[in-house]
Amino acid sequence: MEINEELILKLEKLSRLNLSQEDRTVIKDDLKSILNMIDKLQEVDTENVEPLIYLNQEKYEWRPDEVSNELPRRDALKNAPAANEEYFSVPKVLNI
Amino acid sequence: MQSPQSIKSIQAGLLDGSLKMETRVDNHLASIKKSEDLNIYIEVFEEEIRKAAEELQEKINTHPDKLGKLFGVVFSIKDVLCYKDHKVTAASKILDGFESQFTATAIQRILDEDGLIIGRTNCDEFAMGSSNENSVYGACKNGHGDNRVPGGSSGGAAVSVQMHTCDVALGTDTGGSVRQPAAFCGVVGMKPTYGRISRYGLIAYASSFDQLGLLGHHTEDIATVLEVVSGKDSFDATSSNTPVDKYADLQAIENKKFAYFNEVVNHPKLNENIKSSTFDLFGKLKEKGHTVDDVEFEYLDYLVPTYYVLTTAEASSNLSRYDGVRYGHRSKEIKSFNDFYHKTRTEGFGLEVKRRIMLGTFVLSSGYYDAYYSKAQKVRNKISKAITKMLEEYDYIIMPTTTDIAWEIGAFDKDPVSVYLSDVFTVLANLCGLPAVSVPLGKDANGHSYGIQLISSKYNEAKLLNAAFSFQNIT
Repeated sequence: MEINEELILKLEKLSRLNLSQEDRTVIKDDLKSILNMIDKLQEVDTENVEPLIYLNQEKYEWRPDEVSNELPRRDALKNAPAANEEYFSVPKVLNI
Repeated sequence: MQSPQSIKSIQAGLLDGSLKMETRVDNHLASIKKSEDLNIYIEVFEEEIRKAAEELQEKINTHPDKLGKLFGVVFSIKDVLCYKDHKVTAASKILDGFESQFTATAIQRILDEDGLIIGRTNCDEFAMGSSNENSVYGACKNGHGDNRVPGGSSGGAAVSVQMHTCDVALGTDTGGSVRQPAAFCGVVGMKPTYGRISRYGLIAYASSFDQLGLLGHHTEDIATVLEVVSGKDSFDATSSNTPVDKYADLQAIENKKFAYFNEVVNHPKLNENIKSSTFDLFGKLKEKGHTVDDVEFEYLDYLVPTYYVLTTAEASSNLSRYDGVRYGHRSKEIKSFNDFYHKTRTEGFGLEVKRRIMLGTFVLSSGYYDAYYSKAQKVRNKISKAITKMLEEYDYIIMPTTTDIAWEIGAFDKDPVSVYLSDVFTVLANLCGLPAVSVPLGKDANGHSYGIQLISSKYNEAKLLNAAFSFQNIT
């Protein structure tokens, strides 16, 4: 599988990243060697093998659906880069 | 340096008056000052712990019957654990200035039992790394003193114990991040079963692998703390309701069966000192009446590939929350909707985190999902089944914790794959969700530490700690 600039740009877009040309070259080369390493997985016969998804296979314990206020609004807003008394604020990004 | 006291002797000293809490904290703070150049702590809670020590001493004097199980024990916490009204950054610029709105369950349980928190330790950004070099605060250094890495990602945690700045360190282990630095720094490091300790308040890296772990000088101390922090937590649905055993009642092991892999002990990259110490240990175990067998394991070469496909996939998903809207860094150069996310994240994440997000995004992307992500989940299942079966016949799997001693800072800057491959002995426990412990095994001629690792079956922490305890007297 070829790791080219086009694929890197696509992955940047999906990852919401915008790499510098320098980082892009580094990561492109690294991905090549990492993929070379992980391609080894294709050697393993996984015909009729289920994927392992959940490590803890215990039966789920249900709890009553009760309302509780775990995070008061003031605390929730305390780390906001921008906020008013009630809401997170973001810059205007749409031109309506 | 005098040999560190165990929790038991600290508590006895505090009760009979030969130790004073204020003096203990003074000593720890002095050790922090003395080792400032190692870059262990991101923040020291100096004023706060002095006050806590004063209050605790008062309680020792007036209400000794009401003391909690961890009274007087000083902890460091890795900078990926939330502690209400304290900063936490995962050693990342993207969480610069973030203050926790709640306390991680493990920390809360420590505080409830009269433990004290001295500060938060350096680590790899979002716990992604094996050397503690990927931190926005700069590399943490191994206390050994010749410019070597402490290991990672819980590097600061390991050095915080190594340099006597605390009694026990709280770390996290996604692929060896507690055990590997423990081995490099000559301390004991344990990662319990997946789900044994609540992950509530832990900043997520790879959720099906992440587990809190403990580092300390003595196995007894780790057992004592593990008993307190383990157990079901309604805030973490993956925490287990399996009863918590009395880990602290340590017993010497007798007549146990150890399995090892020939490919591990004859690994081409295995350091000669580590190899000979390992075989020496096998000899001593046999002399004591234990069985040590070479067991066939066909998946050794697939462990690291499986681990990196799955952890990066989970990371790319977990780290999508850092969008600059509700918390953390937000770019000041926003001109469009896309800029908002792209610039915020590009400015906020370091190179290793970007590399893993990109790889994770790739293995989850349309067209590659089945070939990589789904494939790795299936291989994980095969590995897990093979190991589970092995642990029905054997009490422990035994192998060196690492292939080599700690490397010099910067040695692998341009070779991430070599660093990934160095995790080969530790990722197995996380792939299978099993408990594992690293115990100091020896030192090379220049004093560089290395460790031996034991893995047992799920929720068999008591059995694992008994072996680690017995090893302290053999190695």
